[in-house]
Amino acid sequence: MWRSGTVIALRDETATARTITLQIPDWPGHLAGQHVDVRLTAPDGYSAVRSYSIASAPDQDGRIEITVERLPDGEVSPYLTTQVAVGDPLELRGPIGGWFVWRPEQPEPIQLVAGGSGIVPLMAMIRLRRATHGGAPFRLLYSVREPDAVWYGGELQLPSSDSSVSVTYAYTRAVPEGWPRRPARIDAAQIASMTWPSRLRPTCYVCGPTSFVERAADLLAAAGNSPDRIRTERFGPTGERR
Amino acid sequence: MRRPGDDRHLDGNAAAGQLSMIFGVDVTAAEGQCAHCGAIDRFASAHLYVGPGLVARCPLCEHVLLRLVAAGEEMLLDLRGLKYLRFHGSQLQESGG
Amino acid sequence: MAIISPGFSGRRAPTDSTLPPGQYLTAGFPVLSAGPTPHVPLEKWELTIEEGTDVIRRWDWTSFRSLPTETPTVDLHCVTRWSKLGTRWEGVSLDTLLAGVKTEAAFALVYSYGDYSTNLPLEDLLNKQAWIAFRFDGADLEPEHGGPARLLVPHLYLWKSAKWVRRIKLMSRDAPGFWEAFGYHNYGDPWREQRYRGD
Repeated sequence: MWRSGTVIALRDETATARTITLQIPDWPGHLAGQHVDVRLTAPDGYSAVRSYSIASAPDQDGRIEITVERLPDGEVSPYLTTQVAVGDPLELRGPIGGWFVWRPEQPEPIQLVAGGSGIVPLMAMIRLRRATHGGAPFRLLYSVREPDAVWYGGELQLPSSDSSVSVTYAYTRAVPEGWPRRPARIDAAQIASMTWPSRLRPTCYVCGPTSFVERAADLLAAAGNSPDRIRTERFGPTGERR
Repeated sequence: MRRPGDDRHLDGNAAAGQLSMIFGVDVTAAEGQCAHCGAIDRFASAHLYVGPGLVARCPLCEHVLLRLVAAGEEMLLDLRGLKYLRFHGSQLQESGG
Repeated sequence: MAIISPGFSGRRAPTDSTLPPGQYLTAGFPVLSAGPTPHVPLEKWELTIEEGTDVIRRWDWTSFRSLPTETPTVDLHCVTRWSKLGTRWEGVSLDTLLAGVKTEAAFALVYSYGDYSTNLPLEDLLNKQAWIAFRFDGADLEPEHGGPARLLVPHLYLWKSAKWVRRIKLMSRDAPGFWEAFGYHNYGDPWREQRYRGD
């Protein structure tokens, strides 16, 4: 079940995050929101496995993108963000996951809530939505430490031809100049003013570190969203899975 | 039952890769019933603890739903904490695509 | 047949003869658990030694903390392959806790707050091999690392050092604990690399 892909492109998203494009023979395709498990193996057979969400929308060409953040104490992320080179092989398993996915057939409005690196699977959903015509409207609430920590910023700022995706940022440590709010974690007031009203019965996707997800899911439920409409995916306390 | 500051768990999504080696299909969208408290939820919602092995617990009562151990050459799966897992027909196809 | 990742070596120290086979040195102190961190208020905390239906010894936090303590410096070896050397603890020796206990039992089953348990021969708890530890690295033991108190048995893999220890049952017959019943080795000697049942 392990496949081998080839790194065909690398792109730095920020000083610490890098997007890796992989070409994978016989890739069965994926759904927006799914992830892959990446396995690194040393010459003596020692191996390490980590999960990474697929950032790209499904395409027909057997290519996927993952975005990896370099964790200071990481074992796999330093390799993926600083050592891997175009042309290198990368072993992976997937696509994985069937619940935390968005399909264009879903008719209801979609509320995305991202904490830090949790933006990745939601970006696949946004990219698929923008490539789809006549789908339901999306809102994204994207919580980051500071403006430099935003991933895919340029792309998120692009106006959609049909205004299908509206983006709100929440900054927890430092805000851009002229920002009307002080740095703060997301709160009930932001949920009330910036997310789809619960009476519209959106499906909500929340992704990020566990503590962020728990807090955001609680706020969405308190705002009237039914728990079975709130789908969550937790990364570890540092944002790494496992 | 959430305890303050208890953010050491992941969720059922994080076990999906290893479980796919055994089940052959995605388990996260399957509905499961806790054998202890009777709560019904998607497996994706289970609280997942990463220790020597993987332990998935009921998000309501925290009893063990499932344990998974990769023990050298073999894998062990304990499903006693789940009364059942229910897969919809569409989930029984190959995932993705 | 896995594909070698060019230039990858993992988070490992160069071969160190003081480490058990298959282990690597870690700078941090990874937190692994089988369940949620219990929060036990000290006024409710207790530690018991039991045999059958008898409670042979019981301490509450006050009586436990009035016992003589030791400050062992030990190496930790986790079955997930990380090792941490020279860790400093303070705790009460099991020799102190079991002093004067008369028993024919040869085994112990150690229970944590929550549903975790682990088993080991009683003789592995004695002779300066085990402590109930409540301080680590000069500070009170953090809940995520087993505080208020955990078992510390450093000559075995760390899953035997039950966090949030609550009860020690003396047993005449060995009975497997949480992981021993499910794929892990019954004894767990890192120097013989006894990770899994069948090793």
